[in-house]
Amino acid sequence: MSDVERLLQLGDDALIAAQRFAEWHASSPEMEEDVALANIALDQLGAARLLLSYAGESLGKDEDTLAYQRDDRDFRNCLLVELPNGDFAVTMAKLLFLSAYQLPLYTALAAGPDERLAAIAAKTRKESAYHLDHGSQWTIRLGDGTEESHRRMQDAVDQVWPYTHELTAGEVSRADWLAIVEPVLDEATLVRPADDGWAPTGGRSGVHTEHLSYLLAEMQVLHRAYPGAKW
Amino acid sequence: MSGEWPLWEVFVRPRRGLSHGHVGSLRAPDAVMALRNARDLYTRRQEGVSIWVVPATAITAASPDEKDAFFDPAADKVYRHPTFYEVPDGVRHL
Repeated sequence: MSDVERLLQLGDDALIAAQRFAEWHASSPEMEEDVALANIALDQLGAARLLLSYAGESLGKDEDTLAYQRDDRDFRNCLLVELPNGDFAVTMAKLLFLSAYQLPLYTALAAGPDERLAAIAAKTRKESAYHLDHGSQWTIRLGDGTEESHRRMQDAVDQVWPYTHELTAGEVSRADWLAIVEPVLDEATLVRPADDGWAPTGGRSGVHTEHLSYLLAEMQVLHRAYPGAKW
Repeated sequence: MSGEWPLWEVFVRPRRGLSHGHVGSLRAPDAVMALRNARDLYTRRQEGVSIWVVPATAITAASPDEKDAFFDPAADKVYRHPTFYEVPDGVRHL
């Protein structure tokens, strides 16, 4: 994997995750959660800007060009982040699984040889730690909550689980990822799905689900209608 | 759903402060989440380095009806302020 390819993967994960989390804004179950998810979305967006700006330097493009003028086939994000939010439990499952991947990844990159990437990772790692905490806390409360919240949290974990294989196909090992996720599922009294099922991939090579195209249409429409728009 | 979550009072100690000051309130299902919500709501701009959350129901407040008995008697007791002694000459840093 080339350096720029890695930056695009990291940056696109963050950008698409930001867009999805921001969708909750003003429609969360509680006002406090609105602020929490908006904070997380902005953390991801901040990371995306740093990473895509860096990637863009070797591609001769700026962050806006990369964010707003690429088509779905050019995006390198994992499939998990582009999946629709579903109910709150699905969003929390996605948050838990994503941050359990981003935290060890950024931790490793913070000690890596690329100084600029290491600085970005050192900053972002702290944010990921908070995202992991938030996803864990809600997974535990919903899993170990009422009968209905348990059922819906288990459904969410089962539904998102196949997409986690793509996360652990690269620099973060399955064992490291499970070491973070399994204790949370245990405490939440949830059943950890088996690892022998369907394991969709393709995000890293630009072959996405149909959901990404709809997300990009909404995210890019203004910039495409008014190229170079500033506000 | 609003109204089912209990109310929590939030106290934040500023970076250079010694004591926690009341900054507001929020709703959360339990103390752990209240602390996290407080972090998101009240320390977004580096307002503090420490947070306390207290169940609003645990606070006993003075009643506005008792205002007269509680606070008015202090109004005419000027001798409670340290203004009735003379500062000797030569005392510095006062």
